[in-house]
Amino acid sequence: MNDEYTPRIVGFLCNWCSYTGADLAGVSRLKVPPSLRIIRVMCSGRIDPLFVLKAFLKGIDGVMMMGCHPGECHYQKGNYNARRRFILLQKILEAFDLEPERLGIWWVSASEATKYAKVTTEFAKEIEKIGPSPVANEIFL
Amino acid sequence: MSKLLKINKGVDEGTKALLEYLLEKDKVEGVITLKTINANQGICYSLITKPEELKDAVPLIPYMPNNEGKLLSRLTLREPLADPIAVVARPCELRAFIELVKRNQGSLKNYLFISHTCPGVYPLETNVNGSLEKKISQYWNKTKNTELIQDTRPACKSCIHFIPDNADIIVSLIGEADLDNNCNIFLSTNKGEEFAAGIEGEIGEKELESKEINLMQNKREEERKKLFEETNIETKGIEGLIEYFGKCIGCHGCSNVCPICYCNLCFFDSQPNETQPSWSESDLDRKGALRLPSGTIFYHLGRLAHISISCIGCGMCTDVCPVNIPISTIFSKVGESVQKAFDYSPGMDVEEPVPFGIYKEEEFTEIGEQ
Repeated sequence: MNDEYTPRIVGFLCNWCSYTGADLAGVSRLKVPPSLRIIRVMCSGRIDPLFVLKAFLKGIDGVMMMGCHPGECHYQKGNYNARRRFILLQKILEAFDLEPERLGIWWVSASEATKYAKVTTEFAKEIEKIGPSPVANEIFL
Repeated sequence: MSKLLKINKGVDEGTKALLEYLLEKDKVEGVITLKTINANQGICYSLITKPEELKDAVPLIPYMPNNEGKLLSRLTLREPLADPIAVVARPCELRAFIELVKRNQGSLKNYLFISHTCPGVYPLETNVNGSLEKKISQYWNKTKNTELIQDTRPACKSCIHFIPDNADIIVSLIGEADLDNNCNIFLSTNKGEEFAAGIEGEIGEKELESKEINLMQNKREEERKKLFEETNIETKGIEGLIEYFGKCIGCHGCSNVCPICYCNLCFFDSQPNETQPSWSESDLDRKGALRLPSGTIFYHLGRLAHISISCIGCGMCTDVCPVNIPISTIFSKVGESVQKAFDYSPGMDVEEPVPFGIYKEEEFTEIGEQ
């Protein structure tokens, strides 16, 4: 591995709020961390817990889940389901001491470009502090 | 207080007498219970409709060839039963069936559930190497004295849900000092009372939760704590996962016998999970080697994501594992924390929906707002 560690973070962003918010952040020329790889999903309710587990087992350093604020889901209830799945994932990660702090969920609306820039930057810093994922170099997965 | 039916026979004979009575009087169309195959060549669940076929039935033998919940679901997958069938099942098998019914994998209609306060079962291998028969006398002795039976499945000796909450008729076993001559049967629902009405025996009233039951509850809780501490997964991180699951040979036996894993085509057996060398290029560049078959840890974590909320702790998975991974202990432990987070008790109440797919607006409101 190279000496300089740049974290790799995956963000699952819902199409209608968070992804549009990220778009607005770009148009507004706000600075967002380059370590974040965005995957657009139609709804935060589409984020299968297995997506997140797979990302971690592939050695990713952090995972962000983002969706519309509760009550504002384009599909009425997707983010409520996402919220419960997030808790499930947290419990599983906690149970195996797999650093649950590497996973986070945020509600970011289409107009909240500044919030988007803020939470992504903060999360990237936090992940940098935690350091590289111990999973990244494991062979026996 | 529940209605108590006393039959002046041993528990085995008494339970059989009850089944015979139900069949002979045409109260039920059939009985599902364990039966020996051609004089002890094996034991399997059987659907019996002729009373004489009950003669080599062994309803209380401490052995679980399948989780019966899965079998009951298969029988009613397409349509509910047209006629009543009596089922002798262990508490965990009933809980498994309830979880499957919640997922539209079966129907409770026309099943009459006969269960018992469960002392546990021996691992499958005991019936393969012939040691089961030798263990049975100590099994009943320890049950009489409310002792833990150390060589039963780890899932059994650490099981704290050994009272069948959903059964119509409950045969009392744990702590019954005189079970060789006396069969105490609780008729815990109206349905149970109706079906058993008219059978020869004394009718009385008694509380199911005796001091022996409470004693056993404490012993099991202690054992459970000990087992969870021994497994110690919560401090080891990825190293711990590899320690436990690294030796997995990928037979997927655990998901095949798991009553909650009901998908016809498992996601982990499906095409998106086939490994293509091109997908591993970046992994190989970084690591220089890769375990084959890959995705073992993903399989177990993924299965936890799918079923931990409903894991009823029957222990089938550990029992069939050819490389002795303590799967059921790990799944019970993770399951317990997931179930607690949603305040959910799997298999207890068929009206209580599975926590995924439902939600409340005013819950977990602190999440996502940081």
